[in-house]
Amino acid sequence: MTRYLSIFLTFARACLVRDMTFRANFVLECVTSLGWMAMNLAFYLLVFTFTPEIGLGTGWTKEPFFAFVATGMIINSIVQALFMPSAEELTEMVRTGGLDGILVQPLDAQFLLSMHRVDFSAFANGLVGVGLLCWAIPRLPQPPHPIAILLYPLLIACGVAILYSLVIMLAAATIHLGRNQSLYDFWFYLTNFSRYPAEIYSGPWGGPLRALCTFVIPILLVVNVPARVIAQPLTEQGGMMVAGTVFAAGAALLISRWVFQTALSKYRSASS
Amino acid sequence: MTSAASHSAPSGFLARRLQGLRIWWTMLVICLEERLVYRGDFVLGTLMRFLPIVTQVFLWTAVFGATSSGSIAGYSRNDIVAYYLLTMVSRAFSSMPGLASGIARSIRDGSIKKYLVQPVDYVGYLLAARIAHKLVYYAVATLPFAGVFLFCREYFPPIPDWTTLGAFSLSLVLSFLLGFFMEATLGMLGFWFLEVSSIVFAYMLVQYMLSGHMFPLDMLRGIPTGVAGVSVADVVRFLPFEYTAYFPAAVWLGKVQGAELVRSLLVEAAWVVVMIVACRIAWWRGTRRYSAFGG
Repeated sequence: MTRYLSIFLTFARACLVRDMTFRANFVLECVTSLGWMAMNLAFYLLVFTFTPEIGLGTGWTKEPFFAFVATGMIINSIVQALFMPSAEELTEMVRTGGLDGILVQPLDAQFLLSMHRVDFSAFANGLVGVGLLCWAIPRLPQPPHPIAILLYPLLIACGVAILYSLVIMLAAATIHLGRNQSLYDFWFYLTNFSRYPAEIYSGPWGGPLRALCTFVIPILLVVNVPARVIAQPLTEQGGMMVAGTVFAAGAALLISRWVFQTALSKYRSASS
Repeated sequence: MTSAASHSAPSGFLARRLQGLRIWWTMLVICLEERLVYRGDFVLGTLMRFLPIVTQVFLWTAVFGATSSGSIAGYSRNDIVAYYLLTMVSRAFSSMPGLASGIARSIRDGSIKKYLVQPVDYVGYLLAARIAHKLVYYAVATLPFAGVFLFCREYFPPIPDWTTLGAFSLSLVLSFLLGFFMEATLGMLGFWFLEVSSIVFAYMLVQYMLSGHMFPLDMLRGIPTGVAGVSVADVVRFLPFEYTAYFPAAVWLGKVQGAELVRSLLVEAAWVVVMIVACRIAWWRGTRRYSAFGG
């Protein structure tokens, strides 16, 4: 474990050195990334000019909703920074045969393939998320319970674990498809479901969709549970959701590991 | 002799035109075959584009559920759903994924030089490639599009008259051309900057928000700019972006009619001409300052 941590830190240091070599590009990437966030925040502000809350009686008024958005920004920035760059490279490695070089290394292939690149500019969104959370928390109708503050980092970690598992399973699909240029798009579209409170998925179609995105692909647990814990009063149902999220994160990691290993066993080199 | 010359001139012209068309057709067929090599990836990418609309439908249903008003910026809940579905059709024509970055990459790695020595017009080749891309996309996407529209038919107003349908179709064709030449011009900036990924990303951001892809632009009418009597919507109307998503959808929904519809179509056509000229100038000036890199 210590060996893997040390190797990961070496990767991270190398990526940081690379980023700092092209400082202007790094700053530009941070700015454009923040631009995307600013645009989304502007959209939410526009929505709140037409409505006092997202869904009647849901409690997602402006400040709690912005705490929700901030939580999503923090979780997504961690995944974008630590795992997405490597996963995107995998799609090209499979097509060109570059994966062979990774498989002969005396290290765990999943670790090498999912964590060898770190995009430090993606952390900019996370910092904005933290800032937005700090703005929203004092303005919440009810201040967060001390237990909620303790649970919040754990649930953030669970959210990251669920998304990481999803990235790994999508990357594994590359091995079957030969090329998966849509990986990033699919990631974006799927995580789109987690960007809004689960309460919006109601009615004859929304109910089953909510169940699907909670129990089958637990994408709705990723942001909803930590955001609910911090922005809304703790309830017994909330406690069940916390336990469910921890369980879902563990299960997602195990399943994604199995899916990835199975896909690797079917890999046939593309190089000569 | 004079008579023979006058006869050979048109036939020579015709032969050249036919030869040009043959080259263009060959490029189209090659690009179609290239697109179909990775069919799984392409089908997956096409089907996924329907996912965001689902969240938008639920989001706006929740927003309308929480507000006492049955209309937001002149849109009912059904109008909003229909609007988002129609902008998907607009974007299916005007979005050009990978075009600008592809041009910049070929400038950077030197592969563009083969187009400088071959009797092939690079912009024409890119246009053929993009038409091929779109043809394959429509072939794959028609069925899911038809299914989604049939499923959501209750959200739509009655099918418009033939004139509106004609204007809608024309606006889509123009949005394809506008989207293509805007992105191609952006890619040509690679002659000056080499790396344009950040510029492309910034363009995408602006385009996403100001095209009406994110929300109906009519919602910006109530947002002041600081100048008396001028809203953000008024400013956005002076830009070409709305023609790549908002405008075709607004035409179908009857938000733009009569003289306003004709005026808007003419403005859209004018933007297409402006971008074609800009693209040609960028290509002409760029290739004159270009130095080949790579083997």
